[in-house]
Amino acid sequence: MSLIIFWTAAVVAVVAALRVITLKNPIASVLHLIVALVALAILFLQLAAEFIAMLQVIIYAGAIMVLFLFVVMMLNLRRDEFGPDPLPGVLLLGAVAGAALLAELIIVFAGSTARVDVAPPGFGGVQSVGRAIFGDYLFAFELTSLLLLAAALAAVVVTRTRAPNDPEEA
Amino acid sequence: MLPVPLEHYLVLAGILFVIGVIGVLINRNAIVTLMSVELMLNAANLLLIVFARVHNDIGGQLMVFFVLTVAAAEAAVGLAILVAVYRRKGSIDIDGLNLLKG
Repeated sequence: MSLIIFWTAAVVAVVAALRVITLKNPIASVLHLIVALVALAILFLQLAAEFIAMLQVIIYAGAIMVLFLFVVMMLNLRRDEFGPDPLPGVLLLGAVAGAALLAELIIVFAGSTARVDVAPPGFGGVQSVGRAIFGDYLFAFELTSLLLLAAALAAVVVTRTRAPNDPEEA
Repeated sequence: MLPVPLEHYLVLAGILFVIGVIGVLINRNAIVTLMSVELMLNAANLLLIVFARVHNDIGGQLMVFFVLTVAAAEAAVGLAILVAVYRRKGSIDIDGLNLLKG
């Protein structure tokens, strides 16, 4: 049963990921990426990471992908602005480099013989994650708030438009 | 026992990561390039969750939490830069971004 769930989610994730990088329309790419993210969230659920799976759906598939969709629609690229097709040489080079990297990764991963015990009850739930965040990882958690503030400020500063008679305009 | 063999998860994460790498290499649309980076981040997230489960250590899941935060910041800043580039050049073709001073 769990093998069926794994294979379904894995195939959906890989196919959706392939469609993300091959489709010409960026909106279709965003929607396929959402499918891949939800499939990964199902795998997270299977791995006793309930809280992270919910975050994956809410933050990643929800907030971040909506941000992508918003920018794609705001730029409103016409079909000829999606960029030319990749050159055959570039495609071949990408495929060869990717195949080599995948072969290396599989060689490394094939030797793994880690043993797995039964997950303790409550592992990965809100309580255990919350205790870790506000315990051992409190400092890192506080730093993420600074990171998000800096990112929000940077986004505003980079995209603002100045008035034509603004003396700061170079 | 983990009902699904560990290698299955590792190879799946490897495949997703490689798809992301290929997407960065062959695409000229900057938005799709950013999405490929998100794919690579998610492959790493899957590995972190798998090994959190293998070692029964919640720290791996916390790392995924922080990666989510960094991904949100990266998407916000990256897309803001794309909007600024589009305003200036009228295109987000990566091949056109070859000047240090626009």
